Amino acid sequence: MPLDQTFVGRTWPPTETYLVGREKIREFARAIGATDAEYHDPEAARALGYPDVVAPPTFPVAITMSASRQVIGDPALGLDYSRVVHGDQRFAYTRPVVAGDALVCVNSVDEITTRGGHWFITTRTEVRTEAGEPVVTVWSKLVQRGEENA
Amino acid sequence: MADVSEPQTFRVTRADLVRYAGASGDFNPIHWSDRVATGVGLPGVIAHGMFTMALVGRAVTAWAGAPDAVKEFSVRFARPVPVPDTDEGTEVVVTATVKEVTEDGDTKLALTATCHGDKVLSLAQALVRKR
Repeated sequence: MPLDQTFVGRTWPPTETYLVGREKIREFARAIGATDAEYHDPEAARALGYPDVVAPPTFPVAITMSASRQVIGDPALGLDYSRVVHGDQRFAYTRPVVAGDALVCVNSVDEITTRGGHWFITTRTEVRTEAGEPVVTVWSKLVQRGEENA
Repeated sequence: MADVSEPQTFRVTRADLVRYAGASGDFNPIHWSDRVATGVGLPGVIAHGMFTMALVGRAVTAWAGAPDAVKEFSVRFARPVPVPDTDEGTEVVVTATVKEVTEDGDTKLALTATCHGDKVLSLAQALVRKR
């Protein structure tokens, strides 16, 4: 199914605030085997200059993946999620996410292309604090595989 | 600082994928159900791409010395990482190589991740702040 190209260039209203919990960061760090103290111990994190435990670099997807459903879950886009694979992933950090952050996500669609029966959509999510301070920009390219390759 | 990191080997089992699914909120059944995975043409359950990227991220932060030294981090998922339902699971081997030092003094790292000798990522790189 073709994707609706009019989604390109659109920006969605900010998502509901995501409050970053200390235990969520610890759980994520444990799940990826990141044992350094700054991911688990607030005192150790403060000693290194962070306000609280710090999240590993890929942690923001735990927030943006659900936030981007605003875009990719819109039936008007026409994405068949059962045929979707992850193509590319990119992060540009202003600073790492830390426990206690109250974050909102602003989603946009940068690009929709098609090649060889496959469709490619790149979403960009600006992750900011409620006060508007930029934290990280997250790009995800999803591939909807063509029927013959499904 | 070494120009090339020692290759790091990460063991990946089904239990790791279950734990990552819970921690990340990515419950796509291709990461825990062989029935669903084979039904969509995969060889079986595969690792979350973001789990592989997280393992590479560990190598990057270890090289950088601190998580806040990472300015940019990007990958392309080139091949799936099948994870058999065995105690051993599979292995992902990660390397980081200094590609260039920018005019600002930041370091660009070229990253690789392989599984059974096959590259599972392409165009994987990170930009690490000057210390």
